[in-house]
Amino acid sequence: MNVAVRSTAAKPDVAALKAQAARLRGKIIEMSHKAQAAHLASSLSCADAMTAAYWHVLNIDPKNPTDPLRDRFILSKGHAAAALFATLAMKGYFPIEELDTYCQDGGRLAEHPPANLLPGVEAATGSLGHGLPLGCGMALAGRIKGESFRVFALLSDGENNEGSVWEAAMFAAAQKLENVCVVVDYNKWQATARSNETLMLAPLRDKWAAFGWDAHEIDGHDVGALAEAMQNIPNGSGKPVALIAHTVKGKGVSFMEDDNNWHYRAPTAEEVVKSFKELGLS
Amino acid sequence: MRNAFADELTKLGNEDSRVVMLSGDIGNRLFDKFKDKHPSRFFNCGVAEANMMGVAAGMAMNGLRPVAYTITPFVTTRCLEQIRTDVCYHEAPVTIVAVGAGLAYSGLGPTHHACEDISFLRSIPNMVVICPGDAFEVRGALRAAMQQDRPVYIRMGKKGEPVVHKGPIADFKIGKAITIEEGSDVCLLSTGNMLPEVIEAAHKLKEKGISAEVVSFHTVKPLDEDKLKQAFSRFKLVATIEEHSLIGGFGSAVSEWLADTETKHQKFLRFGTPDAFFKKSGEQEYAREVLGLTGHQIADKIIHALS
Repeated sequence: MNVAVRSTAAKPDVAALKAQAARLRGKIIEMSHKAQAAHLASSLSCADAMTAAYWHVLNIDPKNPTDPLRDRFILSKGHAAAALFATLAMKGYFPIEELDTYCQDGGRLAEHPPANLLPGVEAATGSLGHGLPLGCGMALAGRIKGESFRVFALLSDGENNEGSVWEAAMFAAAQKLENVCVVVDYNKWQATARSNETLMLAPLRDKWAAFGWDAHEIDGHDVGALAEAMQNIPNGSGKPVALIAHTVKGKGVSFMEDDNNWHYRAPTAEEVVKSFKELGLS
Repeated sequence: MRNAFADELTKLGNEDSRVVMLSGDIGNRLFDKFKDKHPSRFFNCGVAEANMMGVAAGMAMNGLRPVAYTITPFVTTRCLEQIRTDVCYHEAPVTIVAVGAGLAYSGLGPTHHACEDISFLRSIPNMVVICPGDAFEVRGALRAAMQQDRPVYIRMGKKGEPVVHKGPIADFKIGKAITIEEGSDVCLLSTGNMLPEVIEAAHKLKEKGISAEVVSFHTVKPLDEDKLKQAFSRFKLVATIEEHSLIGGFGSAVSEWLADTETKHQKFLRFGTPDAFFKKSGEQEYAREVLGLTGHQIADKIIHALS
């Protein structure tokens, strides 16, 4: 059995994580402005979960991105690619300057994460409902090969519309994939409407629990709580873990928060300056 | 073909610890031997094919060699996006094995027929499409699929088809068609479970003094271009025969090749299923008769074309 060396369960440095989350949001906003690309608000709502994962939880080495023992993080809500690209660049998977090529002709950073092209991207996503089945396969590969890495899949709430999510949820529970953790970025919006007015997700925690998961509600902007809950995988329940993270779409910038126009809109230069001020960035 | 598949899979599982079997809740007892020997590498994924295909891709991306198996429409069209995005886009070495190609499950009705799968799967980048002609070709195809690092689709009939080859095919190669019978007048290119009908057609033609070459053209993608060049240059009539729609299947692939290579040729006939669902009850033999796909009907049409 190859047991992954995992950092001890140190208490998260919440102040440092908050500062990092603000820097991540700033980078995402810059990218959205420069590329005039969509999905800014979706990227901001999951920025705290990304920060908790990459700056506290994941057992990863950006210099060795294919280490078989690494924890896997799958951005199943692939439309938040800007958040993933900024995270990977800030972690050192590729030069930070490459973020300037986001959505530019001939680059590696398209509007959704690519397959077999960019270090650190575990799976090409963009079509919803794919990340969790892939993650279950990865977790089983680890089990078969005696590698005890963990698999995290970040899903959007709209993504819970997809039947394949629930197929995978039942499968993971039947296989007792306790190394698998789903984080649902529950920002209450999907592309064009309130999520619960589109397909009824509520009660979302109860649904995941009914599908055999150890399911918990969590404040999706509390980086400390996210870091502790995600670090605690597997958590001893013997079940896969679902963290229903209550979030605000566009979180961090007052004039974007809970305004679904920012699913598609990109900020002007002036709005970037305003956003940076609110985030405490220069 | 089905039993040969299960048997060969068990052998491969014994030889290679990366081989994992995923079933979509079919094959009752079929995989008992595999399960007995490798309980940690067998998964009944339930009636949830989209998840099964995603799981297979996730495994393949992490060093395993999964085989995903169920009835043809459910392991192809039901989870087509997972095949395209999870398997093919990632170039994940998943082997998809379908049972009940074409009208093999005729009696079960159009929900279980599969006359469009070649068309869908061969249009996806990175996918290899193999339609074995008998049980020995199934064994060869499965073994060949496991020896390379890319997605493969193997389209089987069901069980009990006549065996054509005399024994194991030592040099089975993906993309290399096999000449079953040599001839000099017409060339019959058969793919998949139609092979016994095509052999019968050749024998009927022989009775009429027409010498027919029979080729098991098991790989539809990539095409064996050498064989095609040879066939279209040597014979006064070339026919493609498949239990699949005339839209997008093997005959279409050969037509595209003819157009793209500007290959000069004489007569070219395509045998396949029409652009319609086959709604009537009845077994495969009946369906083939109705659709003009039995050996004697194929022979008659070729004789007519030559006259």
